[in-house]
Amino acid sequence: MPGTEILRMEHIRKVYSNGVVANSDITFAVNHGEIHALSGENGAGKTTLMKMLFGEEQPTRGDIYINGEKTVIASPTAAIRMGIGMVHQHFMLVPSLTVIENMILGMEPRKGLIIDQKLAERQVAEISEKYNLIVPPHAKVQDLTVGQKQKVEILKALLHGAKIMILDEPTAVLTPQETRELFHELKILRDSGYTIIFISHKLNEVRELCDRITIIRRGQTMGVYDVKDVDEEEISHLMVGRDVALHLEKKPAHQGEAAIEVEGLTVRNIIGQKKLDGISFRAMRGEVFGVAGVEGNGQTELVEALSRNMDFHGGSIRILGKDISGMSIRQLRAQKVSHIPEDRMTTGIAGALSITENAMADKSYNPEFCGKGTLLRKKNIKAYGQKMVERYHIFCKDLDVAISSLSGGNIQKVVLARELSSDPEVIIADQPTRGVDVGATEFIRKELLRLRDEGKCVFLVSSDLNELLGLADRLIVLCGGKIAAYFPDTTAITEDDVGQYMLGLDRQSEQEIAEVTK
Amino acid sequence: MSIILQNIFSTEFVYMWIRVVTPILLPALGGAICNRAGVVNLGLEGIMLLSALAGVLGSAFGGGLLAGLAAGLGTALLVSLVFAYFHLNLKADATICGTAINTLASGFTVLLLFTITGEKGTSASLKSFSFSTVNIPLVEDIPVIGKILSGHNLMTYVALLAVVAVWFLLYKMPLGLRIRSVGENPNAASSVGVNVRRTRYIAILLCGALTGLGGMYMSMGYLGMFTREMVAGRGFIALAAAAMGQSTPIGVFLSSMLFAFFDGMSNTLQLLALPSQFIDMLPYLATIGGLTAYSIQRARKAKRRLAE
Amino acid sequence: MTLKKANLLVDSVKMLLVIVVALVLVTGIVFAVSSEPSNALYNFFIGPFLSLRRVGNIIEGACPLVFTALAVMIIFRAGQFSMISEGAFFMGAAIAMAVSIAVPMPTGIHAVACLLCAAAGGALVASIPAFLKKLWSVSEVVTSIMLNYVVQYFAIYLVTYHFREMQSSSLASLKLAETSLLPGILPGTNVHLGVIIAILMCVFCWFLIYRSRFGYQLRITGCNPSFAHYVGLKETGVMVGAQVIAGAIAGMGGSIELLGMYTRFKWTETPGYGWTGIVVALLAKDNPLMVPLAAAFIAYINTGANIMAMNSDVSSEMAQIIQGVIMLLIASGALLQRWRQKLIDKAAEQEQAAAAAEQVQA
Repeated sequence: MPGTEILRMEHIRKVYSNGVVANSDITFAVNHGEIHALSGENGAGKTTLMKMLFGEEQPTRGDIYINGEKTVIASPTAAIRMGIGMVHQHFMLVPSLTVIENMILGMEPRKGLIIDQKLAERQVAEISEKYNLIVPPHAKVQDLTVGQKQKVEILKALLHGAKIMILDEPTAVLTPQETRELFHELKILRDSGYTIIFISHKLNEVRELCDRITIIRRGQTMGVYDVKDVDEEEISHLMVGRDVALHLEKKPAHQGEAAIEVEGLTVRNIIGQKKLDGISFRAMRGEVFGVAGVEGNGQTELVEALSRNMDFHGGSIRILGKDISGMSIRQLRAQKVSHIPEDRMTTGIAGALSITENAMADKSYNPEFCGKGTLLRKKNIKAYGQKMVERYHIFCKDLDVAISSLSGGNIQKVVLARELSSDPEVIIADQPTRGVDVGATEFIRKELLRLRDEGKCVFLVSSDLNELLGLADRLIVLCGGKIAAYFPDTTAITEDDVGQYMLGLDRQSEQEIAEVTK
Repeated sequence: MSIILQNIFSTEFVYMWIRVVTPILLPALGGAICNRAGVVNLGLEGIMLLSALAGVLGSAFGGGLLAGLAAGLGTALLVSLVFAYFHLNLKADATICGTAINTLASGFTVLLLFTITGEKGTSASLKSFSFSTVNIPLVEDIPVIGKILSGHNLMTYVALLAVVAVWFLLYKMPLGLRIRSVGENPNAASSVGVNVRRTRYIAILLCGALTGLGGMYMSMGYLGMFTREMVAGRGFIALAAAAMGQSTPIGVFLSSMLFAFFDGMSNTLQLLALPSQFIDMLPYLATIGGLTAYSIQRARKAKRRLAE
Repeated sequence: MTLKKANLLVDSVKMLLVIVVALVLVTGIVFAVSSEPSNALYNFFIGPFLSLRRVGNIIEGACPLVFTALAVMIIFRAGQFSMISEGAFFMGAAIAMAVSIAVPMPTGIHAVACLLCAAAGGALVASIPAFLKKLWSVSEVVTSIMLNYVVQYFAIYLVTYHFREMQSSSLASLKLAETSLLPGILPGTNVHLGVIIAILMCVFCWFLIYRSRFGYQLRITGCNPSFAHYVGLKETGVMVGAQVIAGAIAGMGGSIELLGMYTRFKWTETPGYGWTGIVVALLAKDNPLMVPLAAAFIAYINTGANIMAMNSDVSSEMAQIIQGVIMLLIASGALLQRWRQKLIDKAAEQEQAAAAAEQVQA
């Protein structure tokens, strides 16, 4: 019945096995037939809370009620049986299987021993028509676009009988057009009696789509509101805990000589597709050079090529006047090039090693830490670790603890400490504040601006347009592996201007784009 | 040299080739199912060894082939269960788990053999049974082909049928779909309610059954008795065959045939005046070589794609 | 209780539990297979301590295990699963035999030459799966195991065709040169100089892993190879280096075993020290300084099993069963995990409370 409480999670607490407290005390309730926003900053505990609702994690403490009945959701299977479906941020699809196979997985229609292909096709076609979510049923999932994959995910949840649908930051990977489409579809679902939990920290989206909002901060519930009764500032205040200046204090840039010169750069992926298609640009000392784009349009490959983590297959890259094509990563780093990687957990740290060991991982050939022989200089290393913890405000009890026991923000500060302590001239920063708490974000942004003011070249790739427009002096937009637009001055443009080009709706003329190489 | 060639191109050699592929093909198919489910089962060797002994003991004391089959299969499933429990429930590394199973197996088989027969080398003193050979009507009368295809041990035909059965399982049955998804993206599988652990349990048990048959073939077909360490690395060779065949039934069949060829060769080459140790090395060297050639070709292919 | 203490407590209890379970299992098996179980068990548990000679057996038996365990430890630390220590050990022994018999040298120098050649041989063998993996990502697990068989037959070939004692009916090499043998150091036992070398090797490995640049790079690579690559290390080079060093250590172990314990090369198949080394390495939990203790424990079990086999109706393969069980249990990461989690939760809660109290004060 609409309006009644369909779900309640009470006083939920979750401590992970590494000791990280993801949820300390959260109460969360959703009514039947509403779109309910769950908002909070990165790391506030939203995803953890939803994983418990979907049976993927068990709460350390607290109870879950479905339709007023206390339940234990032991596994995703149990969750699905209770009518809970989840569309994960990272799609839960098997790439080599077809759309149909992905959708029927776990509830395969059978004809004797074998899968009833005909029935499966019919089921998929029916549900896909009913909610007007059209996907090619026989295509392999690996060949679909991101938007299509998401549709498959939603259809899959519907097919599995979900009545409560959780969507974890569904718009993060979508273009604005796709987002609009998604919102339309979600509203249809709500009107047909589905309950939707919409996880997002984008306030404009919440305002557009949702009926109510629950705000959490640092693992605790901060409040529940009717969306129409609160304004964005209030929400932002509750989420963040203090007012954050969206516009950073920024001195005018003093561009120096060229630091990164890229010409006709082409990079292919493992199956031979061009991920970067002959792009050229120059980034200068004394500026923040920004790269915008929807995820998967070549940013990752660009950073990998610049940092020598990947070979490129055409064109040239010169950094600080030197051709880098024959260089090893070690040689490149010796040229005073630093790199803050996109995914710190998989490439940015060695989880089992200590903070100090992680912070000096690029300096094992530095005579300060390793003498002429090959023995480590323990005393110097310890002093260095101590210095880093203080200089970069890394919160920890003990320098010798494994880095994996720290929070995301503190881990990123260790990465920053390592990369900035080698006195770099060029800093390649890929998503430097992703999944980092507000305090650390502010700190990282300030550090990047400081380096720029000192005349270094900061090469910034970010999916956070707000951050890009706030930090970058000049900006290029990548779309489909090509530069779709170049903005020589970021002060005069809005997110919408950039969005056009990110989505491939528009493309600047060759002359305008060629300006970036001047 | 010409003697060798003559031998290889004889029907006897091809017959033997099919004979020696049996104890590689069966565990390789099992290993492929495990690989597909995302488990590398290094314990194939030990499972084979234990079921080889269990089959012999079962048939000797149970008074028949059926009792032997039951004992061998039961043992293989039990050991697989142990492997699965430690790997899946207690989160032990699969490589170490497999190695532990192998260590246990080589100790336990000798201990048991000694306890029962008072000997550590062979089960020759026991009166155990073997699987019978099967002559296929009609086929056996065809010249050449009849000599090659007919008159094999029952287990050899089981192995060949298993290729088809595994194909059917992986690509036609719901369980196969689940096994493939669990190996490729376990999170995706579990998010739609596929019980990843249970699916892997089933895969490991299926693998155990096939491997157990392979082990029993060693002591109840290939030879008529159990001898210490008689599996001699076939479990590992099977694992290599599964990897090289990319865990597809046809691929596994072909790579098993390749490795078996060298196993068969080593029998033929005994005719030469080479030191026998070099001939004994051949199957192992061939496995290293085959795996390497496959990997080189895979690496080249990836490179070529990039260069285009 | 802090996080560190919680982990230490759980780890210690787990180790104890593993050993107790293994020994209880032994008792069970003995009761099942033996007609005189109490005699068998007495020989197994107490037997090894009944004479100096037997205690010596434990120490001698631990010596080869120390080398293979150190090799395994270094390979595993690099995140590799090469099982080559078995083959490298055997290769070392075979080469030491060849150098001992074929190349006359003065006392002392001869042994050193044997050890170094054996180390080189072990390193060479271990480098094969390492390079195959580095160049074409061939799985090192399978190639190393296959190579163990190849090495085994190669060594037997060497003995059979080049160094065979024709007077003997069973396969044995000619007598090893006196000049190359390692002298005994404990009268009344066979404990030889190799034991001292083994202990020095543990110290060396500890320095290598925890105090040297290479060890630091090794630990980074083993923990996260993509991270090692990204910070500019040659991660595949480190992996190869680790396996080569490990091969050298195992190879040297093979020569020490031969020259310390035997007067002829008599093995007809690889003796399995490489596999047992895995158990020892797991027991020592990544710490080279714990290896002698772990090796001694396993050697105690081996010695006990041998004495039991001699004096009762239970065969010595019991030792392998125990090793397998210990391996399974120690590798089980989830064993006692729930208890560990509870302690960690408590520690986190206390920490939070303390932090909150601090905030209130401030």
